[in-house]
Amino acid sequence: MRIDGKGLIDRSKPLSFSFDGKSYRGFAGDTVASALLANEVKLMGRSFKYHRPRGALTAGSEEPNALITVGKGAQQDPNVRATVQELYEGLVTRSQNAWPSLDFDVMAVNDLAAPFLGAGFYYKTFMWPKKFWEAVYEPIIRNAAGLGALGGATNEDDYERAYAYCDLLVIGAGPTGLMAALTAARSGADVILADEDAVMGGRLNAETGKIGHQSGAAWAAEVLAELGAMDNVRLMTRTTVTGAYDGGMYGALERVNHHTGKRGGGAPMETFWRISTKQAILAAGAIERPVAFRNNDRPGIMTASAVRSYLNRWGVSPGKSVTVFGNNDDAHRTALDLSAAGVRVAALIDSRHDAAIEGADFPVYTGAEVCNTGGRKELESITIRTTSGEQSIQTDCLAMSGGWNPTVHLTCHMNGRPTWRPDIQAFVPTEGMIPDMTVAGACNGTFSTHGCLQDGAEAAKTALAALGKKPADVALPEAEDAPYTLSPLWAVAGKGRAWLDFQNDVSVKDVKQAATENFRSVEHMKRYTTQGMATDQGKNSNVGALAVLADATGRGIPETGTTTFRPPYSPVAIAAMGAGAQGKGFAPQRMTTSHKASLRMNAPMIEAGLWYRPSYFPKSGETNWRQSCDREVGYVRNAVGVCDVSTLGKIDIQGPDAAALLDFCYTNMFSTLKEGRVRYGLMLREDGYVLDDGTCARLGENHYVMTTTTAAAGLVMRHLDFVTQCLHPEWQVSFTSVTEQWAQFAVAGPKSRELLNRLLETEIDNESWPFMACGPAKISGVDGRLFRISFSGEHAYEVAVPARYGAALFDLLVERANQMGGGAYGMEALNVLRIEKGFLTHAEIEGRATAFDIGMQGMMSQKKDFIGKTMAARPGLVDEDRPQLVGLKPVGAVKKLTAGAQLYPQGADAVANNLEGHISSVGFSPDVGTFIGMGFLKRGRDRMGEVIRMVDHVRGLETDVEVCNTVFVDQEGERVRG
Amino acid sequence: MLKCATQSLSIKKGSGYVVELKAKTPFEGTLPLTIGQAKLTELDVGHLTSLSPLGDEKAMATALEKAHGMALPKPNRSTGKEGARCIWFGRGEALLMGPAPDASLYKHGAVVDISDAWSVALLEGPAADDVLARLVPADLRDSQFKRGHSIRTQVFHMAASITRLGPEKFMILVFRSMAGTLVHDLKAAMAAVASRG
Amino acid sequence: MRIECPICGSRDRREFYYQGAAVALDRPAPDAGEAAWDSYVHLRENPAGETRDLWHHEGGCGSWLVVTRDTVTHAVHKVELASDVKGAMS
Repeated sequence: MRIDGKGLIDRSKPLSFSFDGKSYRGFAGDTVASALLANEVKLMGRSFKYHRPRGALTAGSEEPNALITVGKGAQQDPNVRATVQELYEGLVTRSQNAWPSLDFDVMAVNDLAAPFLGAGFYYKTFMWPKKFWEAVYEPIIRNAAGLGALGGATNEDDYERAYAYCDLLVIGAGPTGLMAALTAARSGADVILADEDAVMGGRLNAETGKIGHQSGAAWAAEVLAELGAMDNVRLMTRTTVTGAYDGGMYGALERVNHHTGKRGGGAPMETFWRISTKQAILAAGAIERPVAFRNNDRPGIMTASAVRSYLNRWGVSPGKSVTVFGNNDDAHRTALDLSAAGVRVAALIDSRHDAAIEGADFPVYTGAEVCNTGGRKELESITIRTTSGEQSIQTDCLAMSGGWNPTVHLTCHMNGRPTWRPDIQAFVPTEGMIPDMTVAGACNGTFSTHGCLQDGAEAAKTALAALGKKPADVALPEAEDAPYTLSPLWAVAGKGRAWLDFQNDVSVKDVKQAATENFRSVEHMKRYTTQGMATDQGKNSNVGALAVLADATGRGIPETGTTTFRPPYSPVAIAAMGAGAQGKGFAPQRMTTSHKASLRMNAPMIEAGLWYRPSYFPKSGETNWRQSCDREVGYVRNAVGVCDVSTLGKIDIQGPDAAALLDFCYTNMFSTLKEGRVRYGLMLREDGYVLDDGTCARLGENHYVMTTTTAAAGLVMRHLDFVTQCLHPEWQVSFTSVTEQWAQFAVAGPKSRELLNRLLETEIDNESWPFMACGPAKISGVDGRLFRISFSGEHAYEVAVPARYGAALFDLLVERANQMGGGAYGMEALNVLRIEKGFLTHAEIEGRATAFDIGMQGMMSQKKDFIGKTMAARPGLVDEDRPQLVGLKPVGAVKKLTAGAQLYPQGADAVANNLEGHISSVGFSPDVGTFIGMGFLKRGRDRMGEVIRMVDHVRGLETDVEVCNTVFVDQEGERVRG
Repeated sequence: MLKCATQSLSIKKGSGYVVELKAKTPFEGTLPLTIGQAKLTELDVGHLTSLSPLGDEKAMATALEKAHGMALPKPNRSTGKEGARCIWFGRGEALLMGPAPDASLYKHGAVVDISDAWSVALLEGPAADDVLARLVPADLRDSQFKRGHSIRTQVFHMAASITRLGPEKFMILVFRSMAGTLVHDLKAAMAAVASRG
Repeated sequence: MRIECPICGSRDRREFYYQGAAVALDRPAPDAGEAAWDSYVHLRENPAGETRDLWHHEGGCGSWLVVTRDTVTHAVHKVELASDVKGAMS
């Protein structure tokens, strides 16, 4: 029911929205909950377990009951709190967890079965028979589980992440936060003020008390206007600070477009902020707690402060005849505000015998309790118990208050525990639990407006002192300073179910049963009953539940303790935390200069680390990749092939100690390498296993260029940083990544020199440019570098030019190769070519292989120390029984090999005990005429010619394979020198 | 200044035909881009030369001052001005941007041509700082990161160098191969910032 | 989490690569014997309290850092350049 003249809503802006298909009207400034209540809709949801009818319990983000689904299809957003969702024109909402309708829910039958569904029901019931678990129980549970559901299609909405920095983060913009922010901002600090609400001001917008001469809301608006005009202040509305982390980092979720209906075009639904601050002030306020009594969950029963919020902020009375029940003075305000606004107050019930209330023009019952309620889908009546017996009162809204719980959550995110304060019967933050955070106002147990304003100013001074800033003099405005008195009231005695956790349907009885069954620890009770495990994470119910547990176990509340508070404070969509990292944002895409040419040639691209490389270049008429691959292998073996090898890591190394560095990092010698020559090198990790391999060229006395594998480029760079900073900082050597400076192409095959000589300014021959020679070369007028190295076993070169010329040179080389009966080759052909020659990739040196395993023990120099030398000599790393690198070819009925297949002796069962090795790489060799492969086989080097079993358990393939030399083509190695 | 975007080279060889290698820029075809209050353009800054002093750093600094008229930048700073700039580029490294390095520099450390290794972009406009706040984990508030400041950090997943050239102007360097991803990431951030109006 | 890089200043943890105990600075001589090498490569303390780690500022200046921090409170007490620490060791 809307109340004239009340509230901060904009009555000049009416809006229409729908709930469960029915259209309603509200105003700008309304939430779905306030607008539904204005339309006298109280039933907003069904509880999780018993499907009991529920309405809004609160008016804020702690709401456990009024969870709705917003939107439809891929964009539908489940479990949205109706108390937080702001209205916009055309908003479509639906209720959840009810079928066929909210009004008539079949699953409400659970409620009748409640005696069998108590705490621990699942644990006790779904135990046996074991085979029923997957077939019967799990499908049933999955079907019944959860509240709202996603649409099932990929959500294309945008989410965003961002960073922010400040001197002071003020969390919460009620009286405390506003005063703190104002003091700090006027003192020149860089301030971020964050508040989860759409309108800052906190309780000031929901109370009738004055600050100075004006209303609390008007004072808040004035302060916000001043703050908003300051360059050193950032106001973040609709922003929930969700977590406190190490080093002054805070996570915060900003709801950017949930209130606008704006979708697409890059407009984010939410932004997840990572805020780095030097100081923080927590001014998160407090949350009013319900009282447990029989049937305290009917729609129309809510917290006393929520009723006040609906009345004062939204101009809505949730009922026509309202009763108020509490154990403290604060609850009296609800009755007084309602009465002053002309709403009928049926009764004020205070559990305290000595409660006093002034100016009440409605019935007051002291020393009384509400012990039951009536009504089916809405509250119709309550039963109260006084010293003179029980009586019934007709009422359609009950405002209840069991006192206030300071919002201590963030202070516990770094493993802290709160402290019990008996005078306010609540937990407050323990000092110093988050470094550089000051806690102030209601979240520290200070409940009067005056106290909050004062606390805020003081907290700002503390923060300013830590920042080394002089606090500006800010006058404290006058405000109410009423004492907060209450007597404990957690659960009203009596029969029936009295609810604690509304969303998860945990009753007082369930908690007591947990204690009876010896789940006495609060953490055990939580898991046994699911208390506090709903989306509100027990914000409304945890303290009440542990008070009941304390009572049941005969301990005090502080001894019982709390469960652990963990981030996030309120739910955060995974989409917000991982924002930007889906699709192309998942990882950078590294493109070579020949990328566009490869696409033009219809090459399927594969990922190699972050790089994209062509698999093969299909020609018309080819029906499968093998035909393309075989043809490309033929280019290199018979004519000339061109392949982009720019992705290999290239590191320019210079300095007087360059040679020393290389001798220390490679197993073999590089100080002896002649200028203008290239050498293959092997690097180990310090534990003796192979790290990487590649070639290294000496360009000058103190100048080398190292190449790494594509995959290990970053790893090797970090390794070199480690060696030169952590082991030998005295060395004068520097290195620079030049991977991206050079576009580098392999030109391989018997006609490679002929091709290059048509483009090189100075022609080369075998004398001027022998195998493993390198040096500067001018190609097509561009200063480049030429290396005579081969990864195919053929007469081959790699030619490098500055990357800007890469695309042009690739096109030119391919065109010339085509004219000579060759052409471009891709990764598939490159792989076959190297397997035919027994050359390695990270399929072989995958982190478990030693130099001994790959047959390169001879490359470990005896003349010097190098990384990994000592540990590589351990007996276990040179044991003859280790799997050793061998060549393999199929000789059984099946002429195929698969990478990853396992090797067993002939005649042995294919079981783990008989395992002797595995296949690391395979390819079809046109030269050999079959698949060939490389693999690791126990004592492999001594078993040449032996026939063993290959079994691929995954692909269901088996064949006999012959152990052979790893070199299948040109075993004498003549061609590279040709 | 060298205009690499349009530069091409041709030579004549003995056999008499002409071969041309046309140069391409890292962002060719993708920039400029303006969304809302932010504009992204490719910068042609000329030569990029990595300078790593070996031994006495002062000797390199003196040679740089003498040859190119600018100091060797301290960590997180840059020197020089448009056309001839030197930015700090990481531990023990500076990046000379603009002129070809003078021969005198080679005596004092490693001097490496990396003109083609990096893509250089300019992000400018009133929304530039908000755009970068979406991608860069470092503190770029103008009170902390002033004109001429230059840091190594990350742009989302990429290693980057960022230099503030003015109140609303940032020079961003990422590896050449990642130019496409830089545009992708910045474009998304620019659109998101612009959507807030 | 943030780390105060001696060169770059206070930076977000995502710019850093974590390696492990700073023991790695103290590489034994080749002939130091099995126990010394076993200890260097494999054996690590797992303290509840102060620990010294090596971090690499890979997304920043490229420095290796020795970070002294508390595994219980997560407080970072000291950050030094590994090259300085190593230089002082010899």
